[in-house]
Amino acid sequence: MNNEIKSLNKLLKTEYQHGFVTSIDSDTLPVGLNEQTIREISKRKNEPPFMLEWRLKAYAHWLTLEEPHWSTVQHPPIDYQTISYYSAPKNKSDGPKSLEDVDPELLKTYEKLGIPLKEQALLAGVAVDAVFDSVSVATTFKGKLKEVGIIFCSFSEAVQEHPELVKAYLGSVVPYTDNFFAALNAAVFSDGSFCYIPKGVRCPMELSTYFRINAVSTGQFERTLIIADEGSYVSYLEGCTAPMRDENQLHAAVVELIALEKATIKYSTVQNWYPGDEDGKGGIYNFVTKRGHCRGARSKISWTQVETGSAITWKYPSVILEGDDSVGEFYSIALTNHHQQADTGTKMIHIGKNTKSTIIAKGIAAGFAQNAYRGLVRVGKQAENARNYTQCDSLLMGSQCGAHTFPYIEVKNPTAKVEHEATTSKLSEDQLFYLQQRGIESDDAVSMVVNGFCKAVMKQLPMEFAVEAQKLLGLRLEGSIG
Amino acid sequence: MLDIHNLHVTVEGKPILNGISLSIKPGEIHAIMGPNGSGKSTLSNVLTGRSGYEVVEGQVTYEGVDLLDQSPEARAQQGIFLAFQYPVEIPGVNNIYLLKAAYNARRKAQGLKEIDAYEFLEWVKARLQWLHMDEQFLYRDVNAGFSGGEKKRNEILQMLVLEPQLAILDETDSGLDIDALKVVAEGVNRLRDSHRSFIVITHYQRLLDYIIPDYVHVLSEGRIIKSGGSELAHELEKTGYGWITNTEVTS
Repeated sequence: MNNEIKSLNKLLKTEYQHGFVTSIDSDTLPVGLNEQTIREISKRKNEPPFMLEWRLKAYAHWLTLEEPHWSTVQHPPIDYQTISYYSAPKNKSDGPKSLEDVDPELLKTYEKLGIPLKEQALLAGVAVDAVFDSVSVATTFKGKLKEVGIIFCSFSEAVQEHPELVKAYLGSVVPYTDNFFAALNAAVFSDGSFCYIPKGVRCPMELSTYFRINAVSTGQFERTLIIADEGSYVSYLEGCTAPMRDENQLHAAVVELIALEKATIKYSTVQNWYPGDEDGKGGIYNFVTKRGHCRGARSKISWTQVETGSAITWKYPSVILEGDDSVGEFYSIALTNHHQQADTGTKMIHIGKNTKSTIIAKGIAAGFAQNAYRGLVRVGKQAENARNYTQCDSLLMGSQCGAHTFPYIEVKNPTAKVEHEATTSKLSEDQLFYLQQRGIESDDAVSMVVNGFCKAVMKQLPMEFAVEAQKLLGLRLEGSIG
Repeated sequence: MLDIHNLHVTVEGKPILNGISLSIKPGEIHAIMGPNGSGKSTLSNVLTGRSGYEVVEGQVTYEGVDLLDQSPEARAQQGIFLAFQYPVEIPGVNNIYLLKAAYNARRKAQGLKEIDAYEFLEWVKARLQWLHMDEQFLYRDVNAGFSGGEKKRNEILQMLVLEPQLAILDETDSGLDIDALKVVAEGVNRLRDSHRSFIVITHYQRLLDYIIPDYVHVLSEGRIIKSGGSELAHELEKTGYGWITNTEVTS
């Protein structure tokens, strides 16, 4: 027993790999939030009046809301007046016109993170939008995508170049009235990624956004909007990192996905925000609202997430299954170590006939971490023959962490079939000893068992991401057993 | 090869092994028999470095070096292999992946390069045939959903692939029908040579009809109370273990 605890402690110590700070000139708004802040953000972004109006309505609504505390996560009260709501790397011109205009320090930062922004150096088939603090600094392969009619650009640019699309879809899946953090995001968001796939187009490459928080005392509030028109297909990847800081930084993002008839959107995330140190000091508060809307018949939205970072993760990527025969999927790995907390899961809202959803959630808790799965499956009156299958498994490492499962099932149509399976297991000494007896080093043994536990989700990730995610799981647990 | 001297082991303060001494030379097969609770599995766990066992007295050396200080993986990398009594399931990790990782871990420890994937597959396939196992077996998750017999056969497959110097078979025969038992014994006999040693732990004599030991030791209450040649196993088969409790211990 003693041995086990000692070795656990050893394994659970790992350094965060992306904790460096880039020194760069920034244009940062003073801390504090009021109507003037919002006007200032909108002005700096040269937004059309409809955007400012929308932001102000969101702000007015936000003032009427209370910070939510219904989840398992616990944190001291957040003082929203001590955060800066806008920080952008300074640039000679109004914004980088091409990669040559991007500050070389920034390019270096992304290279250090393993995300080369020089197109010729990129992995074939991945286009990247890089968001640094509050703004998008570079988008690659824009020209090539444009040839097939795909719009892939920063949110700011979309507001300027395609206001009709933004106006039509912004807030149509996650309205600013949705929740506290979504309202805050709507009021102050400064950038993010925008993507439109036209009718019948299969996006020829993976699209991705890499988010990086760099500046001190800033919050990051980005917004992603993806519209897949009839019969189109897109696979989208999202990655994120932040420097190591003692303070807690707020990240409140919103992602909206819209899939029209027969369209498919696959959205994958590897979330590796700074998780705080071993004693739970610092780290990102990750309060995110992600939702997809299967608007057309036979459309499909699939979420895959690997959540390894952040001091607190609070997110429920969901799917509204409105179109008949539409499909929603949620595959999740949430790993919490030290004092990290995660309350994550999904909502599958069945409205159309013959709609199907699949939920596979794997939670891993080590150290003093708390890991909760929270999922809602709702089958409406009209949703004839709706089907859901949910499987959620928890793996505990050591005896001081916790795993919790909160499944909510609401069924209003008698033809629905809803299945739920849940297991909780402890990373067994037997498994580790078995592997060690075969000559495998203890860290590798832990990594092998954990990756095996996560296999059903891992295989949903695009290849390059899967390799990255596997390494990340191993790294985050290095030294936790021996 | 292996020298156990006056080994005393406790589990949570309770004495389990009470002074075991045993010397195993290259090429020998030693059978250890005894009733349940006599300490047979404890011995195999201590030799392979499982946690939870405290050695309060005695020494064990392997190839002349102190064994008890070493990690389980270091022991394995030096060629000590345990065929588990209860093989463990590892969901999501397939057999061939584990086999290759284990094989390469030992090569790495010996300063050798990783084996070529194709070459390795051929190596494994030949051994599958010896055990009358289907190739599909390699792509199933380690022991997950295996029958008792399949699990035991899988242990022997691992042994044949890894070619240990010292193999410890912990009640490998339990739960096997006679045909499976013969296949397993055949596997062991294939590995048998003048450099390799085996410790065969068993409750019953029948496995020893197919793996003929050089020595048989009877374990009771943590002590070896009788040692002899393979004929001792037959004697035990006739008399059972009842006599042990009624006999004065002579040492």
